[in-house]
Amino acid sequence: MKKLINAPEDVLRDALEGTAAAHSDRVRVNFDPPYIVRADAPVQGKVAIVSGGGSGHEPMHGGYVGRGMLDAACPGEVFTSPTPDQMLEATKAVDGGAGVLHIVKNYTGDVMNFEMAAELAQGDGIEVAAVVTNDDVAVQDSLYTAGRRGVGVTVLAEKLCGAAAEEGKALQDVADICRHVNDQGRSMGMALTPCITPAAGEPNFTLAADEMEIGIGIHGEPGRERMKIESAAQIVERLAGAVVEDLPFNEGDEVLAFVNGMGGTPLIELYIVFNELSKYLEGRGITISRNLVGNYITSLEMAGCSITLLRLDDELKRLWDAPVDTIALRWGA
Amino acid sequence: MERFAAEVAENRSYLTRLDGAIGDGDHGTNMDRGMKKALERLQATDGDDIGASLKAVGMALVSSVGGAAGPLYGTFFMQMGQAAAGRSELDLAGFTDAFDAGIQGVIKRGKAEPGDKTMLDALKPALEALRDADGDDVAAALERAAQAAFDGMEATVPMVARKGRASYLGERSAGHQDPGATSSHLLLKSAAEAVGATT
Repeated sequence: MKKLINAPEDVLRDALEGTAAAHSDRVRVNFDPPYIVRADAPVQGKVAIVSGGGSGHEPMHGGYVGRGMLDAACPGEVFTSPTPDQMLEATKAVDGGAGVLHIVKNYTGDVMNFEMAAELAQGDGIEVAAVVTNDDVAVQDSLYTAGRRGVGVTVLAEKLCGAAAEEGKALQDVADICRHVNDQGRSMGMALTPCITPAAGEPNFTLAADEMEIGIGIHGEPGRERMKIESAAQIVERLAGAVVEDLPFNEGDEVLAFVNGMGGTPLIELYIVFNELSKYLEGRGITISRNLVGNYITSLEMAGCSITLLRLDDELKRLWDAPVDTIALRWGA
Repeated sequence: MERFAAEVAENRSYLTRLDGAIGDGDHGTNMDRGMKKALERLQATDGDDIGASLKAVGMALVSSVGGAAGPLYGTFFMQMGQAAAGRSELDLAGFTDAFDAGIQGVIKRGKAEPGDKTMLDALKPALEALRDADGDDVAAALERAAQAAFDGMEATVPMVARKGRASYLGERSAGHQDPGATSSHLLLKSAAEAVGATT
């Protein structure tokens, strides 16, 4: 394993210290327990939004803390859910009296830890609403599994809910928007190579030099199938096909198309994927009216990508265009 | 508790390897970190109130393990602690009731059922062994509970996981022993050895 680290057990702390050193104009970093809040937190009278999860998916979630998006992010150890005491402290730090929304990706640990945190926060008199994202269509059998995983839609929901909160919407309205975004969005990913957590020091699955995994999870969870690698056009057809079919997205729909890199794939390849996706959707009469291309919800050094489509309406378009000023997503500000 | 911490430390890479096969390969590391923190907290309690000691262990695990094991084991010890609040010693019936309360907490938090290939598959048989052990001395009962947990742990090998990250493997999770059931067996084994050593 070759990694730019000091020691596996110091990865989270060292990275948070780096974040604090680089971005003290936008965020404040707390170390014990670890969480990141926007520099002007708490914003009085505004619904606060808190998310979090295991580390290793940067820039998610810490990179999305700032005006127009998250008020706080709770980073866990690499690929390990953060703990309720972190989430509780972060929730208290950002509560501006209008309630706090927890945006939780559907993973067993994240859901249970956020549940405990919400119970504790409510015990302290803070109003908390929680929405779980579960947009990964790769998981076909939701009945006998922990259910569909939360992936790309989470990033979009954080942006859109952040804008809604900034407009002064009430907690239940922001939570409704989050559920609506989750309902209208679907994702699927693929991997060309596995990733290595610093603690394990070796890949958590293997792929032969000419193989890929379709439907991969962001922690290397198994996907739908493993097969010989294909062209970008064929891969996009597999991913976008599954996504379009699932909701389903129909002719005449307007969408936000999000091509995400898993961490180890160069941007030039992500633009090839976006080009193929544009052609694919055009052929089905689906219009891309907003897009996002880049590394936004990663899986350490995994090579590969995911495609997320979100059906848009006028309100979502307006919220998407609203100013955002975070480490990783910034426009109009 | 010290024995459990030692067992976890000793079996850290074993647990992590089991977890690597069907999960994300961090169960040993996370539990080891949590139990070290739990021992620190235990040393700060006076030990006269079993309930308070168990709660301290639970709180330590919840705030330091993360993942799914943190809230599950944390809830287990906190609920056990609540059931044993204010007690300076526990007889077999008292221990069994507290253990039962812990398991109920795990079920409520994790929403798993026996057969889902989780820690419950080791804990539930252990509880039944304790209930059946009416009249035995505590050491013998715990010995039987540890054996039941061991059998339960082994029985997870052919199971198809329905909860947690292993569930995404579907049929591919069969043939691997569940890491959560394994650490739960270590807990019962440690408890049996600790009581056996003092009686």
